[in-house]
Amino acid sequence: MTETASDNLADFLPRRRQMLAGTLAGSLAALFGAGPAQADDVVLADPKAYPTAAFAQKTEADALKAMFGRTATVSPKISLDAPDIAENGAVVPIAVKTDLPDVTAIAILALDNPFTISAAYRIPPGTAAAVSSRIKLAKTTTVLAVVEAGGQLYSASRSVKVTLGGCGG
Amino acid sequence: MGLTRRAMLAGAGAGALAGRARAATDPAAANAVGGPAPRGPSPAIGVRILHITDTHAQAAPVRFREPAANIGVGAARGRPPHLVGEAFLQDFHLAPGTSAAHAFTFLDFERLAHRYGPLGGFAHLKTLIDALRAEAGPGRSLLVDGGDLTQGSGLANLTRGQDMVALANLLGTEVMTGHWEFTYGEAGLRALLAAYKGSFVAQNVFLTDEAAFANAPAFDAASGRVFPPYVIRELGGHPIAVIGQAFPYVPIAHPKRLTPDWTFGIHPHKLQAVVDEVRGKHKVDAVLLLSHNGMDVDLALAARVRGIDVILGGHTHDAVPVPQVVGNPGGRTFVTNAGTAGKFVAVLDLSLARGRLVDLRYRLLPVFAEQHRADPAMAAAIAHWRAPHAAMLGEELAEVGPLLYRRGNFTGSMDQVICDALRTELDAEIVLSPGFRWGNSFLPGHKLTMEDLLSETAITYPSVYVQTMTGAALKGAMEDVCDNLFNRNPFYQQGGDMVRLGGMDYACAPREKIGNRISAMTLNDGTAIEASKSYKVAGWASVSLPQDREPVWDVVARHLRRNRHIVIPRPNRVKLIGVAGNPGYAAT
Repeated sequence: MTETASDNLADFLPRRRQMLAGTLAGSLAALFGAGPAQADDVVLADPKAYPTAAFAQKTEADALKAMFGRTATVSPKISLDAPDIAENGAVVPIAVKTDLPDVTAIAILALDNPFTISAAYRIPPGTAAAVSSRIKLAKTTTVLAVVEAGGQLYSASRSVKVTLGGCGG
Repeated sequence: MGLTRRAMLAGAGAGALAGRARAATDPAAANAVGGPAPRGPSPAIGVRILHITDTHAQAAPVRFREPAANIGVGAARGRPPHLVGEAFLQDFHLAPGTSAAHAFTFLDFERLAHRYGPLGGFAHLKTLIDALRAEAGPGRSLLVDGGDLTQGSGLANLTRGQDMVALANLLGTEVMTGHWEFTYGEAGLRALLAAYKGSFVAQNVFLTDEAAFANAPAFDAASGRVFPPYVIRELGGHPIAVIGQAFPYVPIAHPKRLTPDWTFGIHPHKLQAVVDEVRGKHKVDAVLLLSHNGMDVDLALAARVRGIDVILGGHTHDAVPVPQVVGNPGGRTFVTNAGTAGKFVAVLDLSLARGRLVDLRYRLLPVFAEQHRADPAMAAAIAHWRAPHAAMLGEELAEVGPLLYRRGNFTGSMDQVICDALRTELDAEIVLSPGFRWGNSFLPGHKLTMEDLLSETAITYPSVYVQTMTGAALKGAMEDVCDNLFNRNPFYQQGGDMVRLGGMDYACAPREKIGNRISAMTLNDGTAIEASKSYKVAGWASVSLPQDREPVWDVVARHLRRNRHIVIPRPNRVKLIGVAGNPGYAAT
């Protein structure tokens, strides 16, 4: 499943834009606060559970505190797939998966975006912990994948360069 | 062909697997530099790979001056390919003034160009390659092309690369990957591949999610790969895998609209899976990566991926006589780069056992056209393709004053000519001209033709533009391009040289970080460029602006026709900061 998300809170509506057969298997993520995945095209979030404040934060520390109430430690068990140089900064494909046990949530952060958290997913029990999304990057930034598992918070990061392009050899 | 016999003995190099190939050089062979070229593969060597790359559609012999500035920063400082001039000669034990010194360095270029004549040309390459294949014996050789075969001449631009694919078929090129090939668009590239008799391989080109959703054509729907990732060939009884690595940044370095359905990138993990597949499933005896990454990227990639024996590299146009040895968790990988413009043929002789490389010898042979008879069939094919456009291509525009060349990190006299022409013809204060690494060199007194001018400019997005930019925007653009050249992480480099500036001078500190490299920007009259002030800027080869004006070659040709004699009244200067003593920089 590919969810399209953005750093803009107004765009962060729970919608499923595309179902791609190739990426569906083993990748089932529900929107944060929406509970278990629904079969419907549109999933309505519970307004009381929606973490509005977390999505408005502007630093990694504030965002993780607001969303998860703790800090993350680096884990080699998280796979974060992102381009080295974005082909289009407006739609940068990001994929996160992990072998960590008891995963309850996955979040994607772009540290130099105006709002730090780009997307967050609650992972229901028994679901393979794998999500893919596209995020918008304003400029070259560190992208952070955060995994909540077994009551702890883990992370992995990569730098994604956003360039004007041109002038190839 | 003075240079060459710097034998690489993988076994002897075991003590220095992560070091420089130099440590593994056969000492007896090192003395052969300047002596006669060795004849035939040594008895233990059973398979011969011939590698050409980045010929940039130069069907006829050319002159091509190697750079005086190819600066490496950080870990790349002073390490091949970041050696020029005297430092290059010393590192590779070449004597000054020899034919090899002329082929591999810019030193004394004009004098030696007259002495040794032009290099390359497909008719001459054909004769040499046929001889090298005959030496290896039937069924024991493979000719591969690393890409940038089909772009870089006026004729290739007119035929959308078809002329060069026809020549490659005659030459016997069996496997290739690509870069500028993609700038003919998907339909153009597919037409080229329909005509091509060999295999086009690329493990790192995938359908975008949208294109996959719309069932766009792909080699393999499950992986989304648009092209076969590799081919397996049996040579001398040994199965050998050639994996393709296309230029990873096509939609960034060129207009994205040309390849809207495809996504690129380096993809080390996916490459690792392909290597594991050819070793595990196909039990190959050698794994070669035919790469258009550029040499710095290849060196970094070799350290990460296990199981590749040799990376046959291109893109950065580095003529490196000796493979570099890179250690990785699987052992070691040899990394090469084979120059540009048809100047060189790389000869890789392999001795193989079941599942492993035993020994190898590598030579990067300069192809001096006068030393090889022109193959008649190839010469006829070249003439056949050129004939319909001969009058247009042969028009003499102006006489060359000072030596014209492009290659170099910051400036080239040919680019100054282009900038001066655009500045005058388009009435601009400043001109931006792309830092391409292709583009021939022309000696004083030469009558520059339209064909020559097109060898510097022939691309599929050639429109000139004029726009207003603030000083701040100009600096931002320059910082961005400069970071693509000098970012300390090679995966963030794209392989071109610095954008050329006409009408202004500046200072550059390559060792700084993005945002801090460019300073002291001044107009030709010495006025400092102000961040908030607006300037009229002309240019060409924009990846984002519409293609709605004249192609750059028409504007420059108009200027040259009017002046009849090429002079450079006011060369623009780039003051370099912090590179004193860098072996990749020679003050000229």
